[in-house]
Amino acid sequence: MQEPTTFAREAKQLEQLKSLVADCLAEARRQGATSAEAGVSLEHGLSVTARMGEVETIEHHRSRGLGVTVYVGQRKGSASTTDLSATAMRETVEAACRIAQYAAEDEYAGLPDRDMLATEFPDLDVYHPWDLDAETAINLAIGCENAARQFHPEIVNSEGASLNTFQGLRVLGNSLGFLHGYASSRHSLSCSVIGQRGDSMQRDDWWTVARDARDMEAAELVGRKAAERTVKRLGARSLSTRQCPVIFAADIASSLLGHLIGAIRGGNLYRKSSFLLDHLGKQIFPAFIRIREEPHLKKALGSAPYDAEGVRTRPHHIVKDGILESYVLSTYSARKLGMKTTGNAGGVHNLVIDPGELDLEGLLKRMNTGLLVTELMGQGVNPVTGDYSRGASGFWVENGEIQFPVEEITIAGNLKDMFMNLQAVGNDVDLRGNTRTGSILLEKMTVAGN
Amino acid sequence: MSHDPLVIARQTLLEPAGLIGGDIDRVMGQLLSASVDAADVYLQSTRFESWMLEDGIVKEGSHSIEQGAGVRAVSGEKTGFAYSDEITLPTLLEAAKNARAIAREGAQGKREVSGLYRPPQLYLPIDPLQSLPEEEKIALLKRLDEECRRLDSRVEQVMVNLAGSHEVVLVIGQDGALHGDVRPLVRLNVSVIVEENGRREQGSCGGGGRTDYRFFLEEDRAIEYAREAVRQALVNLEAVEAPAGTMTVVLGPGWPGVLLHEAIGHGLEGDFNRKGTSAFAGRIGERVASPLCTVVDDGTLPGRRGSLNIDDEGTPTECTVLIENGILKGYMQDKLNARLMGVSPTGNGRRESYAHLPMPRMTNTYMLAGPHDPQEIIGSVKKGLFAKNFGGGQVDITSGKFVFSASEAYLIEDGKITRPVKGATLIGNGPDVLTRVSMVGNDLQLDTGVGTCGKDGQSVPVGVGQPTLRVDGLTVGGTRV
Ligand SMILES: [Zn+2]
Repeated sequence: MQEPTTFAREAKQLEQLKSLVADCLAEARRQGATSAEAGVSLEHGLSVTARMGEVETIEHHRSRGLGVTVYVGQRKGSASTTDLSATAMRETVEAACRIAQYAAEDEYAGLPDRDMLATEFPDLDVYHPWDLDAETAINLAIGCENAARQFHPEIVNSEGASLNTFQGLRVLGNSLGFLHGYASSRHSLSCSVIGQRGDSMQRDDWWTVARDARDMEAAELVGRKAAERTVKRLGARSLSTRQCPVIFAADIASSLLGHLIGAIRGGNLYRKSSFLLDHLGKQIFPAFIRIREEPHLKKALGSAPYDAEGVRTRPHHIVKDGILESYVLSTYSARKLGMKTTGNAGGVHNLVIDPGELDLEGLLKRMNTGLLVTELMGQGVNPVTGDYSRGASGFWVENGEIQFPVEEITIAGNLKDMFMNLQAVGNDVDLRGNTRTGSILLEKMTVAGN
Repeated sequence: MSHDPLVIARQTLLEPAGLIGGDIDRVMGQLLSASVDAADVYLQSTRFESWMLEDGIVKEGSHSIEQGAGVRAVSGEKTGFAYSDEITLPTLLEAAKNARAIAREGAQGKREVSGLYRPPQLYLPIDPLQSLPEEEKIALLKRLDEECRRLDSRVEQVMVNLAGSHEVVLVIGQDGALHGDVRPLVRLNVSVIVEENGRREQGSCGGGGRTDYRFFLEEDRAIEYAREAVRQALVNLEAVEAPAGTMTVVLGPGWPGVLLHEAIGHGLEGDFNRKGTSAFAGRIGERVASPLCTVVDDGTLPGRRGSLNIDDEGTPTECTVLIENGILKGYMQDKLNARLMGVSPTGNGRRESYAHLPMPRMTNTYMLAGPHDPQEIIGSVKKGLFAKNFGGGQVDITSGKFVFSASEAYLIEDGKITRPVKGATLIGNGPDVLTRVSMVGNDLQLDTGVGTCGKDGQSVPVGVGQPTLRVDGLTVGGTRV
């Protein structure tokens, strides 16, 4: 059982993991590595699913892992294992060193510069273990699914509700003396149900996720939202091919910002596989757009005091006044580009776009006639050219009001134009993920249908 | 060294842990309470390596070892599951205790006795990581880099990835029967960026299978991937805007079979049909495709990426007919869904690893060849799209809507392939797209061995294939109205 205030057990485990990492770094040195980095993690959790009012699965999770990267001069090798024994650790270091022997000299390879490493570790409030037994978990999932199934007579079937709780410890160290670890938790509840009208069926879902179980949406609310979204989709039809304005609903608008991050990630820049090559300091959005990375938000899912290399994270602008202010770089990609790391090895930590004045209803009014997209399908985005073409479903809007649900259509354009033609960001911010955005209105895209 | 996968599996997974027959009985005893209908223990050890070249040098490699045990107890429709990354008697007993807690209110249990059938070996129980000296792996990557750059001066970037895995699994059934498999898997991928007058495009090609690295050296396969990647990228340099709207689409042979995987494959997996959540549920015996279409899921093709001697529940894989001459014939099943639907398992019970629950998954899904000459098919189209190569796809199995994205496509005008167009997503409705197949080529091809399928967060290697197909009416998501 967890000690809710002091976390004595975690503190002890953390010390054990730290000494394992320290041993691993020492072993790397013994085996001839000039420098090394090692990380170890422990995780355990519980997942239950309920379907049609009964428990369907109970899964007990328990996993662990050790990863090590060594540099022998400018040659790099990595290895990992799920076995934390001393023997496995030695063998893993050996495997990494062996690879480094064959890798080529790379003048840019190596650990971060010492002065970039995190030295302060703010408490980001990301650890709230949930002492949840299987029975309580099952009851929550059943309650969630029941609320969905009872929401409307057209809800006829269910894919079930799923409750997941995870907690873990992670320690990172390198041969420059960095050694730190912390605990984190993550709990989620999701529900997906099926509606039927005539011969055709539709499914939709809703979910809630939080570091702290007390911040999750109520189970019944999650169920009702899943059912409401499903019922709204019944009777969907295709559209004729046309060009029109498009609103990306908040929960999928984050994918647009994901494409932005992909295009300004160091790896894609030095490989020249980005449509935003050489755009630093240039206008890529309208002047009212501001996008920030906020790695230190309390309790947020993306919060982290340092990145995957131990480099300190910092709140900063990525886009300001529509101008690209910063790339997203790791130590390696930064060196390749002749720049400094931005603390983004492993990705961005909470991406936030400033919300506008309008809620979703206001955005619909402003769009007047066009498409509200609520689901995207497929991976049809070309990162090199920015060409965008994805399957979509959602709602046709006229005079600012939803007319009918649509499906079996695609939306297409080019991300560069889509970014420049961004007209408004809603204030209906979706706080669940690593990206926080409201719904996004774009001036025009090509819709293909029947 | 033994070539019997079961002997290798025992040596790899039981002997180092000191586990003997009596221990297995104790774990099963712990797992099989009165109300458990089915149970199994899945032991797995996987070694994986990858090597990566870019900027003309092999920059890094990685190596990983993943090992553990998953323990499952099933009672009616309920499943209890626990896993551990330690294979020892105490951890197995603990996992068994956790897993069987599901069954406390289930029905009276019975022991199914499975036979000791040994399936044929579709691949050798080899360790691909050892199949080439490291120097030769590095030399292969470098040669591909040089080949790409030699082929065309517009090649700006070359990235080559070589990966191999050696997986040993042991499935212990509830009757104590042991089923072992040793699964080699290799993959090589080349991708290039070309640049001309400030315009940049990409191309990529790869392949692999359940074999070793020497596969890439035979028949110049690796060099072919390099040439193909460069060719595709150069074609895309010339591409104009793709059309938008519904039109006749001709799909090339091979990897475009991802159409079948998305449009019908997922919808025919047993779990969705038992639960009635698939657009294909309850439609066995109905016409779901034109009479030209026969589609199978075949896990028994030697050396293929999606092939398995036994599935992850110990069931030998099969060639399962999904659609025969346009009529829906059957679903793909794992043990649980087969039992609940009163049919036989089809060898489609697969899992990403010991840390995941098995479920019905595809193996190699393809359409059999038809009567038409591919040239005749192109020649029959007045105005349409020829989609030669694809990226990935996705499906909503409930509404039946699916997408797949073309990465190389051309306009067809007056029966001739004319200009290349930019990549575009194609969208359709699974239960009726195959009814619009009006011509099927005689040129069945399987893909080169690069597919990975995701379902419920679990990834497994799969294969697809098809002959050239003419589909009368598919929505093409271009930008030109
Ligand atoms: Zn799939």
